[in-house]
Formats: sequence, C-alpha cells, structure tokens
Amino acid sequence: MDVSRKLPVAILGTGNIGTDLLVKVLRSEVLECALFVGRNLQSTGMAKASSLGVRISDQSIDAFVRNPDCCKLVFDCTSARDHLVHWPILQKQGKIVIDLTPAKVGTMCVPAVNLQEGLQAQNVNMVTCGGQCSTPLAYAISQTLGKVEYIEVVSSIASRSAGPGTRINIDEYIETTQEALEKFTGCGRAKAILVLNPAQPCIDMQTTVFAKVANPDLPRLDAAVRAMVAKLQAYVPGYQLVIPPIYENGRIMVMVRVQGMGDYLPKYAGNLDIINCAAMAMAEEFARKLLGAPAPRDREGAA
Amino acid sequence: MNPTTKPILICDVTLRDGSHAVAHQLTAAQMEVYARAAEKAGIGILEIGHGNGLGASSLQVGLAATDDRTLLRAVRPCLSRTRLGVFVIPGFATINHDLKPAIQDGADVVKVASHCTEADTTQRLIGFARESGKETFGVLMMSHMAPKETLLEESRKMQSYGAEGVILMDSAGAYLPEDVAEKVRFLVEHLSIPVGFHSHNNLGMAVANALEAARHGATILDGTARGFGAGAGNAPIEVMVGVLQKAGFATGVDLYGILDAVAVAEREVITTVPSIRGISLVSGLAGVFSGFAKHVERVAKEYAVDPRDVFFELGRRRAVAGQEDLIIDVAIELADKGGKNRGHP
Repeated sequence: MDVSRKLPVAILGTGNIGTDLLVKVLRSEVLECALFVGRNLQSTGMAKASSLGVRISDQSIDAFVRNPDCCKLVFDCTSARDHLVHWPILQKQGKIVIDLTPAKVGTMCVPAVNLQEGLQAQNVNMVTCGGQCSTPLAYAISQTLGKVEYIEVVSSIASRSAGPGTRINIDEYIETTQEALEKFTGCGRAKAILVLNPAQPCIDMQTTVFAKVANPDLPRLDAAVRAMVAKLQAYVPGYQLVIPPIYENGRIMVMVRVQGMGDYLPKYAGNLDIINCAAMAMAEEFARKLLGAPAPRDREGAA
Repeated sequence: MNPTTKPILICDVTLRDGSHAVAHQLTAAQMEVYARAAEKAGIGILEIGHGNGLGASSLQVGLAATDDRTLLRAVRPCLSRTRLGVFVIPGFATINHDLKPAIQDGADVVKVASHCTEADTTQRLIGFARESGKETFGVLMMSHMAPKETLLEESRKMQSYGAEGVILMDSAGAYLPEDVAEKVRFLVEHLSIPVGFHSHNNLGMAVANALEAARHGATILDGTARGFGAGAGNAPIEVMVGVLQKAGFATGVDLYGILDAVAVAEREVITTVPSIRGISLVSGLAGVFSGFAKHVERVAKEYAVDPRDVFFELGRRRAVAGQEDLIIDVAIELADKGGKNRGHP
C-alpha cells in the first residue's frame, strides 16, 4: 500500500521519551517519522528533530486535527492527563495509538507476552518501564509453575533517569505495574516497589522478581526464564539476566539488568529505553501487518 | 534549665525501627502494651509499623506478621496524649492503598521519607497528609551520603510541599558528632521549620549524636527502648531522655515513666537487646542501611561469604534503603570470586 514500504507514524511529545523514540523510528526498516509534534519549537527535542531533517509541528493535538492524513500510527509520549484529551480525537481519525503514558485507556501490552492481543487493539498501553521489564519474568513463572500465591517486583533506577513526571507519578507507576502483573500472571496479589538510587556513575536499571509458589521447580523455571530473556533481547538489546532463578528464604528470585541503547538518552537509562523498545516492537508489528510484509521471525512464538 | 533552649519533641520509634530487629514480627498485643506505657511516660509521638513503614511488608524487605491496619487499630485506643505516628516511603506505599487507610485508622502524625537526594518523590504524600489535617514531617534517609548544601535544598523542597519539620536520618549509623553538628546547624540556620535527628548506634555514637543535634538546634529526636532497632539499634530512648535532661533540655517525658516503659519493652517486646557486633560496626563504617543487617547475615551464611565483605561491597556500590535484593547479587559475586577471605591467606 505504501510505495516506500514504510508506515508513516507521528510522535506526540518531544521530551526525552519522544526524542529517543524518534532516533529509534529513524533507524526502523518499516516505520518512518512523518511528524514530530510538541508545543514548543525551542525545545531540545525539537532542535534534535530539526537537525535530523524531520518535519516538526508545535501545534500539539491540533496538528492532527488540521492534517488528519499525516500518519497511520501515533506514539503518545505526553502525560496521562493529556492522553485522555488526545485519544478521542485520534480514535475518530482511526489512528492506531501507542500510549507510553500511564493513562491505561487501551490494552496493556508487553510484546514478549501478548503482542498478538495488542495487535487487535486500536489503543495499546505500554504499561510502565518496570512493567515491561518484570512482567515477562512473572509471566514465565506463572506459566511454568502454575498457581502463584504472591508476586513482587522491585526496580531500582538511576535518579537521573527519573524525570519530574516519574517522580510525581510514583503511585500511578506502582498501581499500573501491579495491575499488569495481575493481568499477566493471574495472581491476585501483586506488589511493585520502585527505588531511586543517586549513585555516580549512574546505575543501570535493575529489576528483581520475587514469587511465592507451591512448587518451585527450578530446572524447568530456569529454562523458561532463559527463553523469555532471549525473547526480550530480540527487541531490548540491553536486557540481561543477572541472577537466574534461585530459591532462597522461601521465595523464588530472578534478577535482570537493563542497559539502554544510548540513542538519545544515556545508556544507564535502561528504564526509559525498555519502554521505547517495547513501543517500537509493537509499532513495527503493526506496520508489518498493515503493509502486508512478512515478519522477520515469529516473535511471539520464538524461543 | 536554660530558658532559651526550645523543648525537644521525643519521637519513640521502638515499635517501628524495632520491627527490623525481629524481622517485622511484632504483634498487635506487643504494640498495645508498650503503647500504654509510652502514653504514661509522656512520649510526644509513638511511631509504629513495619520497619520500612506503611505498605513495606514485602519479600524484598520482609513480610510483616501483622498488617498495618490491624496494628493501627490496636494501638489507637491506647493513646490519648501521645500522638500516633506512621512512617511512609513513596515507592513502597501509595496514598490510596496505604496512607489514606492509615489516616482513617487514626494516625495523628505522618513522616514521609525518601533517600536524602530524592525529596521530590515525597511531594504528593506530604501534600495529602497535610490536606488531611495531619502533623507532617519530611525525613531524609541515609543523610550521611549527601553534603549539607544538598540536604538543605532537599529539606526546602519538603518544606515547600508542606512538611512541618525535617528529620535527618542517620540510617547507616555512620555519623560522628562533628558531622551532626555541621549538618544540623546548617539546616537550623537556613530553615524556618524544626529540624530533627534519628540516630543509629553502629559507631557507638547514637546518644552522643542525639545530644549534639539538640545542642545545635534540633528539636525532634528519635529513640527506642534500649535502642531496639535495626542493626546496632538506635539511641536508647531512656538514656537519651536522661542525658537531655542533664544537659538542660526539656522533653516533656517523665524519667521514671520512660524507665517503666523500657521495662515493659524488655519483658514484652525486645527479644535481644541490640549491641555493636562486628558486622554492625562494619555496616556503619561502610555507610550501609542498618536494616540490611539481618538479610546480610542470612545471605552471607547461605553463600559462604564474609558478611563484612558484603557490607563493604554494598557501600562501594552506594546501595540505598530498599535495595535488599542487591545483597544477594553481591554475595553471589563474592562467592564466584572465591568466597570467604578467611582460609585464603
């Protein structure tokens, strides 16, 4: 359908997340950035986009009202409150929306777990950075060991990677991450903890998943976790297994570390990178579906 | 008594910091009996709960024997003059799930804590506690890790969110009296709200540091019965009250009353009176969160590594409160390198 065989997309929000996503989109074989949209032409993100030769607009959501045919898919990298305003407008225009805010309007999606479910939705919510990191592991635990009595995830991130939005919305981060854990594991008791560490040089994002299970079959779990990690590494190159599943003090424990790709954001900001990598995996899958291109490999079935 | 010195508000955290000492296994009955004794002693604030505060019962830090609501509802009727305090760390607890119910259950005082450089994470919770009409303090944990200028900047943020006082926590027991003097004096000079100090005894300085804080203008001091708290424990509240009296500070606490309360605690609450064991000293020297002690001991044993090496490595990695999972990461790394130094001359 598209002569260039690339799906035109727009990025709404020109902060750190939006600008890093732009660098990723420019590298994509199936996406092209038709418009980079914000409110302020003087912002650092706008300057970066301009320097990369990307079309920019400071008209915010009005850019889409004025030019409804500019793209097929929109990444919303603004805020939960703004997303509630943007969504009805974009919905009417038939745009696929990938929501990186914690607004939770759409289907919560973690590509390694429910890519296909996400493809059926018009509004896909990317949960949280900690959710992208931890729910695949939690899912692997619940799929392998059956009933999980209790699941808990702890993410430690570098202070410098947590902007004002993250800091003021920690409660929403916790609630959304817990909701995703419950959705993907079927466990009714989930807890998420977030720790900011100001150490210099900055720490990489580190996430630990703890679980209480009746039957801690470690050899089976080890294989399942390693398979899941490989699946994530297909779209999050910096995702590493640090501690394979152990049974310690009456609990299962798995630890991973995420280093970012260092596109626009520093490498330590693995937390920001992973949600962008997940959004890219989602958007590229939509692009292949809409362009009728074959997937390079069966991602969800892989490993 | 020196008429120019302001009275000191004594905050008894036996039933909160002490939770660390018993892996968060305190019961409602234990809390009730101690609360009645604290009330009789004229304690200003009695803080209760899991060692890391509301909502912190977890596999990461330790599951509590009793949930926050049950504890608060049990202690509430035991107090009238003494205010009931809760401690809360954003990132562990949320307003909806934890703080709002605690206020409904009768908390009078809310201490909202963050790592000493992350005060902006406390904005919503401090705001909520104030809007709910509660006495609200900000707490800067692990405050040995930041210079006084940073602590002032972070305290000012808390003040701007509505905190009615800021408490410097020596979470690692790493302060020497001159550090207390420097930081407390600087905050007292530059802030318009009261300043407090929370001691740990890893270097044997807990009471001396509390006194030093008072001498430099701190007006809120935390202590626990016989020092019952994380790691090497806190400033023993009975000693702190006695020393403050001798130094001419008013505390409003009755000396015999607090001694009687401590006797109750010894009988009903305290399993082992904290002492400065080798690993607590090392923990203080390494500047590591006191609450890690029990976890480090367990994990070091399991992986056959020297707990002292674990503490120093955690210090090198600049671990903060809430990073208990790092202990296992460090222990595995040390074990891979050959385990204990002992036996490998």
